[in-house]
Amino acid sequence: MIAVVGVTGSVGSLGYGLAAIGPGIGIGLIFAAYVSGVARQPEARGVLQPIALLGFALAEALALIGLVMPFVFGK
Amino acid sequence: MRAAALATPVTAAGKGYEPPSLEAFHFKSFFDFSVLGVQFHVTKIVTMMLFATLVIAIFFLAAFRHPRLVPGKLQAAGEIIYDFIRNSIAVDVIGREGVRFAPYLTTLFAFVFLNNLFGILPLAQVPVNSRIAFPAFLALISWVLFNYLGIQRKGFGPYFKEMLFPPGVPKPVYILLTPIEFVSTLFVRPFTLAVRLFANMFAGHIMLLVFISGTTYLLTVSNFSKAFAPVSFLMAIVLSVFEMLIIALQAYIFTILTAQYVSGALAEEH
Repeated sequence: MIAVVGVTGSVGSLGYGLAAIGPGIGIGLIFAAYVSGVARQPEARGVLQPIALLGFALAEALALIGLVMPFVFGK
Repeated sequence: MRAAALATPVTAAGKGYEPPSLEAFHFKSFFDFSVLGVQFHVTKIVTMMLFATLVIAIFFLAAFRHPRLVPGKLQAAGEIIYDFIRNSIAVDVIGREGVRFAPYLTTLFAFVFLNNLFGILPLAQVPVNSRIAFPAFLALISWVLFNYLGIQRKGFGPYFKEMLFPPGVPKPVYILLTPIEFVSTLFVRPFTLAVRLFANMFAGHIMLLVFISGTTYLLTVSNFSKAFAPVSFLMAIVLSVFEMLIIALQAYIFTILTAQYVSGALAEEH
């Protein structure tokens, strides 16, 4: 309770930190898989790249929604 | 006390740093009119959007007005863009039938790309897609498109039956699967499509604003912090280049996702 009272300023910034954890891990996993895929089979690059970018965009959207929410519900 | 003083250093003018807020996205209307009681406000954003539409229309019309076997410079530029969308998005994602959608997808890509590009173009310097209305309407068009195509191809009943009850699943799983499929296809798809583009442009613009307004603020500070102004400015330039990547990537993602939804609606039962 004391800790909650102690927080001042925009709590949304804490929310963004929490929202960024999942997508951060996700994007790491996507590119790790992409890099190891291309390393094993360099000719598969053309096939893997759109898939990797698509996965990246899908995961990244979550972090960005987290970024926008403090602005929407702030104050 | 000391921490507070450090957190908000005061300038010579006595004003602290003001972080960019939503105000940065509000523009004054310079031309108002109403049609049938509906108010229209023409702002900088709307003007830029109309300008983008005009530029794209003129570019593609001029490029393909007199098509030649050996293309000139303009035709070659138009063909590169069209070929890229046609081959690497329409045909790759939708299949042979995708050629039919290549013109729409190319227009969509060009429109989203140019409207994003305004974010780093001098004089414009705000992406049109950082206002939710524009991505939301584009997402609505994609939503109507794939649902219309699905219903047209399979009929109303079978289309929804295939969407809500995917074959090859044990019966009890439908209790869980059907609501998820319903919400994800009809609500989450257009929502994420719009919000992804909007949030990327919004976040990118805020990020640039932080460093550029930070630079101007640091220049007004009267202590050693002034030395950090060039660093902040350099960061703004680096982020502009990064934004360029995001701008192209988001236009690509928006187009490829639209193509994927269309392909899902057209796909035969498997």
